Amino acid sequence: MADEIILLDLWASMLGMRVRVALAEKGLKYEYREQDLRNKSPLLLEMNPVHKKIPVLIHNGKPICESLIIVQYIDEVWYNKSPLLPSDPYQRAQARFWADYTDKLNAKSLYELGRQLWLTKGEEQETAKKGFMECLKLLEGELGDKPYFGGENFGFLDVALVTFSCWFFAYESFGNFSVEAECPKLVAWSKRCMEKESVSSSLEDPLKIHGFVIMMRKELGAE
Amino acid sequence: MCIKKGISAAIAFARYDQNIMGEEVKLFRTWSSPFALRIVWALRIKGIEYQTVFEDISNKSPSLLQYNPVHRKVPVLLHNGRPIAESLVILEYIDETWKQAPLLPVDPHERAMARFWAKFGDDKVLGSIWSVFIKQGKEQEEAMVPAMENLKFLEEELKGKKFFGGETIGFVDLALGWLANLIGLLEEIVGLKVVDGEKLPLLSAWMQEFGDAPIIKDNWPARDGMILKFQALRDATFAAASK
Repeated sequence: MADEIILLDLWASMLGMRVRVALAEKGLKYEYREQDLRNKSPLLLEMNPVHKKIPVLIHNGKPICESLIIVQYIDEVWYNKSPLLPSDPYQRAQARFWADYTDKLNAKSLYELGRQLWLTKGEEQETAKKGFMECLKLLEGELGDKPYFGGENFGFLDVALVTFSCWFFAYESFGNFSVEAECPKLVAWSKRCMEKESVSSSLEDPLKIHGFVIMMRKELGAE
Repeated sequence: MCIKKGISAAIAFARYDQNIMGEEVKLFRTWSSPFALRIVWALRIKGIEYQTVFEDISNKSPSLLQYNPVHRKVPVLLHNGRPIAESLVILEYIDETWKQAPLLPVDPHERAMARFWAKFGDDKVLGSIWSVFIKQGKEQEEAMVPAMENLKFLEEELKGKKFFGGETIGFVDLALGWLANLIGLLEEIVGLKVVDGEKLPLLSAWMQEFGDAPIIKDNWPARDGMILKFQALRDATFAAASK
């Protein structure tokens, strides 16, 4: 029986992109369904009743929610191709730790700080910018001189973080700074990742993301 | 010749055995941290010998800062000199390193669900209960709404199960275990029933079952100390809010 895979997602979501990258890494065919979060579909509400958010992966009718959980699920089900998590428990713990760091639902996560960067102005924005760069610098330190966070091979943490890179241009424009100036190794890493088909086909055009942020700012009254 | 080989082999085996048995496992914790408690439970359930290092949060040891420079928090597990931080990450590490008494299920979808509920506990349940605890009057009434919504999801998840892990305590039980201790304490301090046995019968029953399980029961932090601590936290929050 062929696997039925459906992805409920929003085109600009860096979290949704993580799932797209993982699916592409495993060479999986799936149905992409764009969601309107202002008018949530019955399917989304049924498949993610707790959070009502994207991304949601539906595999043979069963839903999996939360981007990093979905990526791990994909890695565990389709374990015989392009493994994303390393096999050593300590290395796995490190990958999970840093992925969690980018994701944490608190004011200090890369995700939240990035959001504050384009949503706020003045001192609030400056604080967010500072925190954001601190995060990136820490991550750059973790990368070191390795080609990927996963070492020689593209792995879990690379998937978790690379999707932020198509948002860099938007962050830089609104935050008035340059990621490359502060974290050149990270930018070089993101370009290296973009050479992979799974990444380049899953990430969105930074200009389009920029346009999306302009629209979101208007909608959320940040203009 | 045979005897010599035999002795060498025996020594080599003894060293190997020592390696396995003498693995250094150290847990950095505080006396009250519910996150560190998860690790205590996991280590006990798996029968792993370990040393405890109690931290004073107001005066963190150089070791803690060295082992968890990013968050500077407990718990940190040190295994053969290598640190792992973030309680849920540590739980997965423990489960993958010591295979006895598995915490996570085998099926990938069930594993994903376990991770989901653990994350839900930390991301949503904890904060919503805390909000109820640190607010008063109308604000507290309003805070009860999301808190109850979250608890209802947990109630649903317990349908047909004794524990979140099924017949035995598992990953989600350890992740949500703080509920079994803290809810009662907070209810006493605030004088408000949060987990009503009539409205949330399954959750109520789970709190009892889990809380009374031998390994869990033996490791709750001192009740008096907890009451004092949380009363003080609540008072401090009110004082700060009224300034």
